[in-house]
Amino acid sequence: MISIIDYGAGNIFSVKNALDYLGFDNKLTKDKAEIENSDAIILPGVGAFPSAMNMLNETGLTDTIKAQAKVKPFLGICLGMQMLFDKSYEFEECDGLGLINGKVDNVIAEGMNIPHMGWNKLEKLNDCPLLDNLNDDEYVYFVHSYQAYCDDKNIAAYCEYANRIPALVFDGNNVYGAQFHPEKSGETGLKILRNFGGLIR
Amino acid sequence: MLAKRIIPCLDVRNGKVVKGVNFLGVKDVGDPVEYAQEYNRQGADELVFYDITASHEGRGVMLDVVRRTAQKVFVPLTVGGGISTIDDFRDTLRAGADKVSINSSAVKNPQLISQAADIFGSQCVVVGIDAKRDLNGGYTVFVNGGRIDMKLDLLEWVKKIEELGAGEICLNSIDTDGTKAGFDLEMLNAVCERVSIPVIASGGCGKLSDFSEVFEKTNSSAALVASLFHFKELTVSQVKDHLRDKQISVRR
Repeated sequence: MISIIDYGAGNIFSVKNALDYLGFDNKLTKDKAEIENSDAIILPGVGAFPSAMNMLNETGLTDTIKAQAKVKPFLGICLGMQMLFDKSYEFEECDGLGLINGKVDNVIAEGMNIPHMGWNKLEKLNDCPLLDNLNDDEYVYFVHSYQAYCDDKNIAAYCEYANRIPALVFDGNNVYGAQFHPEKSGETGLKILRNFGGLIR
Repeated sequence: MLAKRIIPCLDVRNGKVVKGVNFLGVKDVGDPVEYAQEYNRQGADELVFYDITASHEGRGVMLDVVRRTAQKVFVPLTVGGGISTIDDFRDTLRAGADKVSINSSAVKNPQLISQAADIFGSQCVVVGIDAKRDLNGGYTVFVNGGRIDMKLDLLEWVKKIEELGAGEICLNSIDTDGTKAGFDLEMLNAVCERVSIPVIASGGCGKLSDFSEVFEKTNSSAALVASLFHFKELTVSQVKDHLRDKQISVRR
């Protein structure tokens, strides 16, 4: 079973819809035992970093998530991806989950629309199981104004938007993060979610 | 590189897709979910459902359409038409829409933009605008399907929309709408220069070259298309093939 962490942020139903469509057993939950007993975890999120971290802290799940991310496949989506990092500077300095080294700050794209909204092409940087069976010309759907700044070794794929924006990040172990919305990225997104589900042992 | 988006728009009445037929009225033509799946198969980058139902019962039917579509089609889904309160936003997003489009209700109550953006995030607030050239060489905003002149300057309005926290603007030119003579490049440029949020072009497309032109000559992020796709004069794939031939970045 895949736990989709329900801490009050974002359109979690579309993540559930996509997992249902793919036939992966899943549940929206904020129950500690349920999360500990699941086979994989998805942390969704839309909105502002500090309020999402606050909501997560209020559920009392932060430590559970940090511990579980070490032992089973874990995927953060959009803001959930940004929360994997050490710190964010959206509105104010705020601690993240610290599962991947790096920080979150403004997208810097001179002369371009902000937010970075729409379909952008994935450029592979490092081998990552979530990119299995993807072609060289695959687009995914983004909508965000902040981005991760981290080491290249943690970037599986980026996209070009005046500068490089980390699109899919990983810790080389169990933790993955998608800045884009795989659940809204057509067939490409479904492939990535299928790959994630395939990590369940 | 960010792809230019092609967005089919479906008019929905009482849970059915409708099409205008030679100004003689509208007729029901089918299940919106099936249309959505077909456009998705053709490569539509997003979908818009525009609810033209007037009744309260119709709203529930519309939400059911959204719910069923969101279970089968995994691209962003926008719902517009008759949304005027935060509760309408909440119901629509909970049904599975990713964005909500408001038009007249934003003009009448601009705070709806900021309230919705604060609660649900800017990314889901699309403001639709119907505008027309005025006698002074500027542009004026109309509401209620282009029938009522709000005496509101377009360029001031788009600036305000952005400041209030809208995530996108969908700009329909009343002057070019229905002409099939091409998008309103002048009006689009005026708006794109004024705001940094994405602008969706609407109204006037009739042939393939209209699409390459709007992306070559304006900074529009996307094109919204209704009748051209409904009447199968063009398909989404034809438009995208054409744009690709013109070296314009589109998603496969």
